[in-house]
Amino acid sequence: MALCAKKRPPEEERRARANDREYNEKFQYASNCIKTSKYNILTFLPVNLFEQFQEVANTYFLFLLILQLIPQISSLSWFTTIVPLVLVLTITAVKDATDDYFRHKSDNQVNNRQSQVLINGVLQQEQWMNVCVGDIIKLENNQFVAADLLLLSSSEPHGLCYIETAELDGETNMKVRQAIPVTSELGDISKLAKFDGEVICEPPNNKLDKFSGTLYWKENKFPLSNQNMLLRGCVLRNTEWCFGLVIFAGPDTKLMQNSGRTKFKRTSIDRLMNTLVLWIFGFLVCMGVILAIGNAIWEHEVGTRFQVYLPWDEAVDSAFFSGFLSFWSYIIILNTVVPISLYVSVEVIRLGHSYFINWDKKMFCMKKRTPAEARTTTLNEELGQVEYIFSDKTGTLTQNIMVFNKCSIHGRSYGDVFDVLGHKAELGERPEPIDFSFNPLADKKFLFWDPTLLEAVKMGDRHTHEFFRLLSLCHTVMSEEKNEGELYYKAQSPDEGALVTAARNFGFVFRSRTPKTITVHELGTAITYQLLAILDFNNIRKRMSVIVRNPEGKIRLYCKGADTILLERLHHSTQELLNTTTDHLNEYAGEGLRTLVLAYKDLDEEYYEEWAERRLQASLAQDSREDRLASVYEEVESDMVLLGATAIEDKLQQGVPETIALLTLANIKIWVLTGDKQETAVNIGYSCKMLTDDMTEVFIVTGHTVLEVREELRKAREKMMDSSRTVGNGFTYQEKLSSKLASVLEAVAGEYALVINGHSLAHALEADMELEFLETACACKAVICCRVTPLQKAQVVELVKKYKKAVTLAIGDGANDVSMIKTAHIGVGISGQEGIQAVLASDYSFSQFKFLQRLLLVHGRWSYLRMCKFLCYFFYKNFAFTMVHFWFGFFCGFSAQTVYDQYFITLYNIVYTSLPVLAMGVFDQDVPEQRSMEYPKLYEPGQLNLLFNKREFFICIAQGIYTSVLMFFIPYGVFAEATRDDGTQLADYQSFAVTVATSLVIVVSVQIGLDTGYWTAINHFFIWGSLAVYFAILFAMHSNGLFDMFPNQFRFVGNAQNTLAQPTVWLTIVLTTVVCIMPVVAFRFLRLHLKPDLSDTVRYTQLVRKKQKAQHRCMRRVGRTGSRRSGYAFSHQEGFGELIMSGKNMRVSSLALSSFTTRSSSSWIESLRRKKSDSASSPSGGADKPLKG
Amino acid sequence: IDYTGTDPSSPCNKCLSPNETPCVCTINFTLEQSFEGNVFMYYGLSNFYQNHRRYVKSRDDSQLNGDPSALLNPSKECEPYRRNEDKPIAPCGAIANSMFNDTLELFLVGNESDPTPIILKKKGIAWWTDKNVKFRNPPGGDIPLEERFKGTTKPVNWVKPVYMLDSDQDNNGFINEDFIVWMRTAALPTFRKLYRLIERTNDLHPTLPAGRYYLNITYNYPVHSFDGRKRMILSTISWMGGKNPFLGIAYIAIGSISFLLGVVLLVINHKYRNSSNTADITI
Repeated sequence: MALCAKKRPPEEERRARANDREYNEKFQYASNCIKTSKYNILTFLPVNLFEQFQEVANTYFLFLLILQLIPQISSLSWFTTIVPLVLVLTITAVKDATDDYFRHKSDNQVNNRQSQVLINGVLQQEQWMNVCVGDIIKLENNQFVAADLLLLSSSEPHGLCYIETAELDGETNMKVRQAIPVTSELGDISKLAKFDGEVICEPPNNKLDKFSGTLYWKENKFPLSNQNMLLRGCVLRNTEWCFGLVIFAGPDTKLMQNSGRTKFKRTSIDRLMNTLVLWIFGFLVCMGVILAIGNAIWEHEVGTRFQVYLPWDEAVDSAFFSGFLSFWSYIIILNTVVPISLYVSVEVIRLGHSYFINWDKKMFCMKKRTPAEARTTTLNEELGQVEYIFSDKTGTLTQNIMVFNKCSIHGRSYGDVFDVLGHKAELGERPEPIDFSFNPLADKKFLFWDPTLLEAVKMGDRHTHEFFRLLSLCHTVMSEEKNEGELYYKAQSPDEGALVTAARNFGFVFRSRTPKTITVHELGTAITYQLLAILDFNNIRKRMSVIVRNPEGKIRLYCKGADTILLERLHHSTQELLNTTTDHLNEYAGEGLRTLVLAYKDLDEEYYEEWAERRLQASLAQDSREDRLASVYEEVESDMVLLGATAIEDKLQQGVPETIALLTLANIKIWVLTGDKQETAVNIGYSCKMLTDDMTEVFIVTGHTVLEVREELRKAREKMMDSSRTVGNGFTYQEKLSSKLASVLEAVAGEYALVINGHSLAHALEADMELEFLETACACKAVICCRVTPLQKAQVVELVKKYKKAVTLAIGDGANDVSMIKTAHIGVGISGQEGIQAVLASDYSFSQFKFLQRLLLVHGRWSYLRMCKFLCYFFYKNFAFTMVHFWFGFFCGFSAQTVYDQYFITLYNIVYTSLPVLAMGVFDQDVPEQRSMEYPKLYEPGQLNLLFNKREFFICIAQGIYTSVLMFFIPYGVFAEATRDDGTQLADYQSFAVTVATSLVIVVSVQIGLDTGYWTAINHFFIWGSLAVYFAILFAMHSNGLFDMFPNQFRFVGNAQNTLAQPTVWLTIVLTTVVCIMPVVAFRFLRLHLKPDLSDTVRYTQLVRKKQKAQHRCMRRVGRTGSRRSGYAFSHQEGFGELIMSGKNMRVSSLALSSFTTRSSSSWIESLRRKKSDSASSPSGGADKPLKG
Repeated sequence: IDYTGTDPSSPCNKCLSPNETPCVCTINFTLEQSFEGNVFMYYGLSNFYQNHRRYVKSRDDSQLNGDPSALLNPSKECEPYRRNEDKPIAPCGAIANSMFNDTLELFLVGNESDPTPIILKKKGIAWWTDKNVKFRNPPGGDIPLEERFKGTTKPVNWVKPVYMLDSDQDNNGFINEDFIVWMRTAALPTFRKLYRLIERTNDLHPTLPAGRYYLNITYNYPVHSFDGRKRMILSTISWMGGKNPFLGIAYIAIGSISFLLGVVLLVINHKYRNSSNTADITI
């Protein structure tokens, strides 16, 4: 282990020679053992203590402790500080120790993983930690890569191997790595053992996608790149074995170099608290100074003459010096205004809240069996203050699942479900889905509810057949058959997959394709169509077509595309059909479905020949080939016959529209930042009710230049201005940007939305325009940014953070959201989807978007409320406690005499008053959870930071000081003249101390009782318990037994029974309590009646059980009256048609098939599938494959 | 009754000069009403900071509890009254050192020639716990106190050593009640401490009938240097202790304020109840 810790000077370059340990040892490269743990048994105590004392609070208390050891200053025994300090240090140390223990365990587990190392020509099992730079390792399928390796050879031809990099970058798709040709022949051990190449490469760094180096072997130089590297943390897939040369080991690997600590996030309350603590500290110094001056004056005026009875200490020679000493003494006494337990209590409360989130059953996803998880415990109360939510779309709002939902065939709409009475059935009360059992090739997972469509197919309706034929032919999907009848489709976009699957289930099964043919099982009979051309999709055309020749020899063009485009290119004879279909389209769009229009056209042979010739010409053209091809395509895709339309549901995650509606009501602004296209994003915006038709206007900014964007933003603003002027609030437009920012927001009437494109956003985010953009965007109800890069996502978040001073929350699921999640105040990761990168970077994670409302409106709100109440009360109680010393100072010659027994001072914060306030901080709630969901407006105080700010703080402090004044002067007034009932004096110091302490504990307990809004058994237990413990300890401390043992420590012997037996004392305590509490009660009562806030009202209504019918917000999917139709939203790339036609990506499978046949049958199919998905996802991967041939 | 003697007309004024020792002065006063029941005689001191931090801690409770080792080796807290001429001071510390040592005697002037001395009881003026638990003489059974305190010296300001405070064995040494009362430090700079009890002798006669009295003071305790004041107070007590005007006034005041507040709030409650009943939760 000690080896790991060795420090080396930064290396310039790295040299590693294969199979030559002695040579490599010269460089003292890090071994492959990793160490994430911080301590071992010996170093734990010193290192941990050192770390803990780096915290300002701990050092401060250590400083106090040292002060207390100076006898001239010490006004309190040393244990008043050391007991809490040790307690805090111990708790933290125990926590650190357990954390480190688990790190040790996982380190050990990783370090002891086995790997096969080639040593002296023999493969030996070695533990990971014993692997050295320069070793050659053999990896087998599904093994973790042990270190950063140079791939030498593999079981696959050409030294290819496949890795999964989920642990590194969160991407689940497979990647290809290839050995350089010279080494890829080193297939067997004997050859490898002789390999003695030397690698010279860059020093260790954290760039995952870069590597440069050179291999020197047999007097030749071979360049190395990232393509040849296997990085630690990857998993080998679909490759039986491979050999690699260790280049970076252990802490030098890119994985470990990347595992930097994430930035520590602090909440605004944290910052406020720190400021306040500083203020309090300043206040403390002020009081110290006042009292010190007082002391100097007193010693000068009175003390000098009082020396008859009380001479000065020898060291003290002047009143001034005495004042100086008393300053420090008072610092010690008054330090309890900044109690050490504050930080600990805050941590405990947050931890409790985190557990509430983790344990929340309503945030547990049954399907994925993932609970919500608070990965950071420090941000809980900030959840109650969120103003802006930045959401990813795919995988966060949507499930990224497309479902064939409805269709319109030749003027007839299918897909609506009717119940027995003929009414449209609602969601959730659907009858049984139709039975596709007639079709052996049907996909079991496909559900459709309208039996009439199936009947139409069975009846042999010509249009219906043609409709599904089109769906089964016109696409770029690849099929794959594992066993007979087990078909798997690999679709570029989920839309296409949904359409082809629908056709499959209705009896038009796309079976397989070759570059020139498509085989379709039409209602059981296999028909092979000759594929003549694919007119591929692109962004401008928004449609795709195929031209096929059917077995009868007829040539037909099938086309599907966006309605706006396609409807214009139809044959005018179908006008009537067009109208009904348009109606249907409107209806579908109104339900938020993605629509496509389908059409076909018969081509005669000669025309096609002639067209094909022109197409060839166009495709061979040197200049503007794209345009020419487009016009050729355009020509043939005209005068088509309308077949019908499909409606695909981009399945939103459960409860997304409801959640968004609720959050909007809670005055949280939701911005969608997506990498998706504008149409898709807007579409989703509509279907999740972010955009509605009620909105006054949706501004779309798509400008390509700075000026355009600026102009568009300006126009949008002006429009908002205009309408707000007409509303007539007399707002005058001000030119000054800063004032505009605020005023625009207030003045805007009506609802607006802003949609901005990635390239426009790039301009909008430039320094001179970002304010304008922000101002415009913030005036809008909804903002959608599409085509944005991960970096831009972060920039947008940063922008809002910078200028709006609002709490931001980013939610996303993929690796592209990581930057945004890390930038925002709070990052939320959707777990259970692909990749864990987002979750790892996040502060909270759960599996469904809809849990966000619960997280914010319930947990966040409560957390905020509790934390605020806790802080208010905490400062209150400590001021009430400490300030008594200040007043007493005026009566004891400013000598820093404490009012209370020192044990009381020690225990007050950690025993007598800590638990009730903790219980309140953990359990309190003002209104129950259903109510806070019902009245989202309750969320607003958090956003405006109303419950704990500087004003509230001063109110608490004032209350505390008020209490302390009464706490001192009422007993003072009483005791000045009083005697006991047996005639002896009452006004002795010890009785006074006990009286004040007792009334303080009682007042503070009553106060917490008033503050607690939600009583649990634990609250009761803690409050009554604290009082009981106070009296128990009081009597124990004042008992004879303890005094007999330590007469000098327990001087208050007999005091409790003597003092508390006095009716006068009790009368004083009661009086103090009443006077302290009465104004609070009166004030609260008045506020409740004169100025109730919403939560009071909600509570009240609940109290009288007046079933108030909250305006029932209809959350159902009410069809928006469709004025707008969804566009053609293929999310896939252009160019796949060509790939199919050229057959490039098909060769792979057939070739791979032949090379895999020798393997066990269960694994090769899977490998095949994996490989293909890999090749399909990256064009470069596809291009690599032909190498094999 | 203030007997500090700052006023030149006061009979005790002569005692302010340090060379008049021992100084005895007499103050006349008249009780307008007779005192029924037990009467308590206090001495009161003003501007005397018994609550000063260095004063409060300047004692050794182990020593006072009769711990033999602490007796000969008092705690450091007692500095500078820890040792005198190489001998440990018993009782050590500033508190003990500054013990009140005026002697007060009360006489009822029945007829001019023969004033009746009032019997002043010395015992029963300290807490039971203090007398029996907290303060103990050094152990030693029947050995005379003088022997038990052997090796110690008296506090600097004291006239007599601690074992000569009283002739009564139960009231001598550390368990002398005057001493105990003094050692129980006061919370405030103006305080009074119980000096003597005047017990009721029989039910028919008031303990102190109305009439003229005089107070005979052996003036030992200087307070003039720090503007201190000395008083003698006679008081009776009720079930809740001595006369306490503050508590009474405070209770009356707070009671009336509470009542007023209650009425005001009641009115407000009535006025606003309807409005808050119907208050719609506007979202």
